[in-house]
Amino acid sequence: MSRLYVARNPRVAARCLDGEMMIMSGRDSTLFTLNKTATILWQAADGATPLDEIVEHRICSEFDVEPADALQDAEQLARELASHEVLQISDQPIPQRIPGGPTRDAGGSR
Amino acid sequence: MSSLLQEMTDKALALGVPLSVQLDLTYRCNERCVHCYLDHEDHGEMTTVEIKHLLDEMAEAGVFILTLSGGEIFLRKDFFELLEYARSLMFCVKLKTNAVMIREKEAARLRDLNIQSIQISIYSHRPEIHDAITLVPGSLKRSLDAVRFLKSQGLRVIIANVLMTENMQDYSSVRALSAELGVECTLDPTVTPMMDGNRSVLKLGVDQNALRQVFRDPALVGDVDEFCAIPAKASESELDALPCSAGHSACYVSPYGDVFPCVQFPLPTGNVRSRRFIDIWRHSERMNEVRSIRVKDLTTCTQCTHVTQCTRCPGLAFMEGNMRGPSSQDCEKSFARTGIPSANMLSRRRPAPNLVQIRALPTLAGATA
Repeated sequence: MSRLYVARNPRVAARCLDGEMMIMSGRDSTLFTLNKTATILWQAADGATPLDEIVEHRICSEFDVEPADALQDAEQLARELASHEVLQISDQPIPQRIPGGPTRDAGGSR
Repeated sequence: MSSLLQEMTDKALALGVPLSVQLDLTYRCNERCVHCYLDHEDHGEMTTVEIKHLLDEMAEAGVFILTLSGGEIFLRKDFFELLEYARSLMFCVKLKTNAVMIREKEAARLRDLNIQSIQISIYSHRPEIHDAITLVPGSLKRSLDAVRFLKSQGLRVIIANVLMTENMQDYSSVRALSAELGVECTLDPTVTPMMDGNRSVLKLGVDQNALRQVFRDPALVGDVDEFCAIPAKASESELDALPCSAGHSACYVSPYGDVFPCVQFPLPTGNVRSRRFIDIWRHSERMNEVRSIRVKDLTTCTQCTHVTQCTRCPGLAFMEGNMRGPSSQDCEKSFARTGIPSANMLSRRRPAPNLVQIRALPTLAGATA
């Protein structure tokens, strides 16, 4: 079974507010907010780390959840975010690029 | 404002996060608009390095919406470098420009950088009026060409029209032109005093009759009866509300690094060249004074019929001498909307109390008889 790679879409605007990410779509300026678990996934989506590793190291280590269930939920979330062009998904590693500069984390308060 | 953005704004307010900042990159400009409130001389703009450092600090502080304005932003040779840096920090970037320097190439670069919107000042559909306001011949054509270039790239363009006596008759045509171009249009009937307090530019603003006309135009206000209705008496919760977002979830930074509660509120609260942005935001005494004001603290306005519906600008009130006082320009707008004079207008009309008693005291009168 192929692995799923996830990367933050550099076209979005994003900021973390009290542990929850707010993201504005680059396509149509729709605003999304992610809960704390989804925020962890989004922040770890570097295009190089497969989703199952993100779930194992970032989600399962922090939350009391079965790895298989967590991965299933994470895949569903990733595909949904990809449908809104907030996240990019691929079965290959995704090179990250922001026009004019290296990829940066969306920082934020607290 | 979308409900989600309102929710985020409320959350930012509760957390004390400056969600939205306007950063003017320069006060230099290639137009000389007759109503402009700025001094266009360069008195020591922040360098590229300084601005990048500030952007880092603002991202860390939680700033999400970053409006880059001026002066004319494209006059900075490092504009695209700064914009790219801002987008790499994932700000939601909005631009305000006269667009005179935007051609196909610049429009394509702006598209690649995924900016949220570009606001362009257009004063009239007629070159003889627009160019007479900008004092630059050919400026309307260049700005409108830019609107088309940007629109062809799929960017969100907003035409901003400041209403003055000189262009009062043209606002409907500017709106029609905006619709034809497929872009949004905003209309602002407020001319603001210069940042040094000089109020001479206010004479360019529209009068009561013109305001009444604008506020009774259904194309602008929707339901005229509803828009012009006399407001209900203020409730306790409305009196406990914040006068506006200045200093609460938003602020302004000048090209020289001075931080103000708002671009229209010239109360300096600190400078990012000598103090961290977040420290100014959190700990400036002046910022905290602005932040402490509730509607119920406003002198005069709390007694006013219009207190719940008035567009009162605390910055304009500050420029009149009291940040807790009324803003006369907004009093005029409330009056034009409803026909009811504001408490401020009534107090100015009231004759001075008669302090001189001319009737003779009885004992003295008796003595002289």
